Amino acid sequence: MTMPTYLGMPAFPRAARAAVADERLRDNLARATGTIRDRRRAAVAELDDWAALREAGRRIKDHTLRYLDHYLRLLEEKVTAAGGTVHWARDAAEANRIVADLIRATGRTEVVKVKSMATQEIGLNEALEKEGITAYETDLAELIVQLGDDRPSHILVPAIHRNRSEIRDIFRRRMPDAPPDLSDEPAELAEAARRHLRAKFLSAQVAVSGVNFAVAETGTLVVLESEGNGRMCLTLPKTLISVMGIEKVVPTWRDLEVFLQLLPRSSTAERMNPYTSAWTGVTPGDGPQEFHLVLLDNGRTSVLADEVGRQALRCIRCSACLNVCPVYARAGGHAYGSPYPGPIGAILSPQIRGIGSPVDASLPYASSLCGACLEACPVAIDIPEVLVHLRAKVVEEGPRHPLAGTAMAAAGWTLRSPRRLALAQRLASASRRLIGRRGRIRRLPGPLRAWTDSRDAPAPPPESFRAWWKRTDGGRA
Amino acid sequence: MRIALFVTCLNDTMFPGTGQAVVRLLRRLGHEVEFPSAQTCCGQMHFNTGYRKQVLPLVRNFAETFAPYEAVVTPSASCAAMIRDWHPRLDDAARDTAAKVHELTEFLVDVLGVTDVGAYYPHRVTYHPTCHSLRMLGLGDRPLRLLREVRGLELVELPDAAECCGFGGTFALKNPAVSAAMGADKAARVRRTGADALCAADNSCLMHIGGVLTRTAGPAVRTVHLAEILASTEEDPS
Ligand code: SF4
Repeated sequence: MTMPTYLGMPAFPRAARAAVADERLRDNLARATGTIRDRRRAAVAELDDWAALREAGRRIKDHTLRYLDHYLRLLEEKVTAAGGTVHWARDAAEANRIVADLIRATGRTEVVKVKSMATQEIGLNEALEKEGITAYETDLAELIVQLGDDRPSHILVPAIHRNRSEIRDIFRRRMPDAPPDLSDEPAELAEAARRHLRAKFLSAQVAVSGVNFAVAETGTLVVLESEGNGRMCLTLPKTLISVMGIEKVVPTWRDLEVFLQLLPRSSTAERMNPYTSAWTGVTPGDGPQEFHLVLLDNGRTSVLADEVGRQALRCIRCSACLNVCPVYARAGGHAYGSPYPGPIGAILSPQIRGIGSPVDASLPYASSLCGACLEACPVAIDIPEVLVHLRAKVVEEGPRHPLAGTAMAAAGWTLRSPRRLALAQRLASASRRLIGRRGRIRRLPGPLRAWTDSRDAPAPPPESFRAWWKRTDGGRA
Repeated sequence: MRIALFVTCLNDTMFPGTGQAVVRLLRRLGHEVEFPSAQTCCGQMHFNTGYRKQVLPLVRNFAETFAPYEAVVTPSASCAAMIRDWHPRLDDAARDTAAKVHELTEFLVDVLGVTDVGAYYPHRVTYHPTCHSLRMLGLGDRPLRLLREVRGLELVELPDAAECCGFGGTFALKNPAVSAAMGADKAARVRRTGADALCAADNSCLMHIGGVLTRTAGPAVRTVHLAEILASTEEDPS
């Protein structure tokens, strides 16, 4: 399986080290995630049945995943009956091929796009470019990323790593119709983008979108957004092509209702998102007259086969886990080497792509297991549990780290026996004068240097607890 | 009630004072604890790092060692969480023993029903709720209720207290840059409280934050396990 844009990424720790050293980035991230974090907490606290909603969301997703084949076939049947065409794509290459062929058939070489995670996952824009088709992103943040030849670093706010003066510079440089005296006032920036995009909307004949939810019982597709640009894409062009991961289906409208409450509060901290578009096939004389739905697997069925890992497919891409994650706030989104950054990316990318590459084998370790993500997740994905599960896979099947493996085996051997542990403790205590000064060690050798490079280590005590207990009979002597 | 102390491998090796404090504290409250010397480690480090093969013998050893006791007390929230959440899932035979394990503040508040343990600790103290104590074990305000009853102690609130300190077990070694950045932010917030001592229910996190505190410039703040504060008295200060 592939997410082509990100091939050759370094392992997480290296990419994160560079990000941590970038003070402007850290500042942008801390500010942005800090604000949304507090607002989300308040939005969630307003509902006294949040826990019940969350449980309902979890169950609906689990049920749907359990009977995914059934609901996908139902969805296909309903979409087809309503005049749409359904395509099944096994992987990224197949999905890109389908979309490119559909666009070619219209005779057009330009498409407008609604922000979509699935099309980033498959690298659609790049694939289309190779076919001579230009895709214009219409989400403001996505536009900033595209104009800046950049990569998204957040699910909801892809340009979260940029501040407004950086955005102004990108617009001035890369947006031909941007006013030369453009300032970094948010309103002015938005206005410049609006003018730039309007021309695209009015001329575009083909649109490509993602999908937040697909209601199987009626074959209805649903997109939630904030700016209204998505609504334009979904209604103005003649042809609409939507790409959705197969896990986005929900059985009924009643099920959808639960997610329409969970998603906005978790993602933008709003009671309701400004624009919710829903469409069923085609309606003669109104909106796109040709509609294609591409159902994307790209590794999802193999994720589904993993009893622990499959809960990642409950994700509704709200990005709450990113916003509360202390690692994400410091490492930034790019370090995750995938369009899915943060905690969800750390469990999704290695499952979709496998753990063969350095970045994918490092992602399960890109967490302190603090559990803030699980607490925030509106569908209760136990991200720490999946991380630990994937770590075991990395140890068993991933690229070998001989040193780490040996150290962990030696520690395991020592800890299996109280006598060996006591011996190790005596050795440690004997070394305390050699290495410590006033109870502190400033420099440790070997892999432990990673500790003392940035913090002191305590010197071992003169005797261990067990030695003290034995010597004093538990303090009674 | 036959009470056993599970001191944890880290406290045993590096922080014997914490184990001694638990013994002293419980003795003062009228309870003798035993220290089964066959104990070693709960397996958390190996489990969380993905070395599952190493974990099972540790889980078995734990279950066998502590089976004869009615209650097991441990001064580590993260080890208590590992044992209660994971031991039964890794080995069904570990279920009964795991259920008897209490983190120290749980044991004091829930089992012994005390919040005033007669402690005296004349310092300005701030409390860091470690992630596993907060989100896995759900200690809630038990530690704070205990601290509020300590005579002479001035409790100051730590801003953004619930944010992880960046320790994370082997995370501290595998992702040192991010871990250190998180530690630096936590240490800076600790310093801003003006506290002269930082306490928590886990020495592992304290070892990390303390290491940053002594490495970086600023007023001295000592790190001290909650147990040592609760054990401290006027006659026998910690
Ligand atoms: S894992 Fe949960 S919190 Fe994170 S994006 Fe998905 S639904 Fe939202």
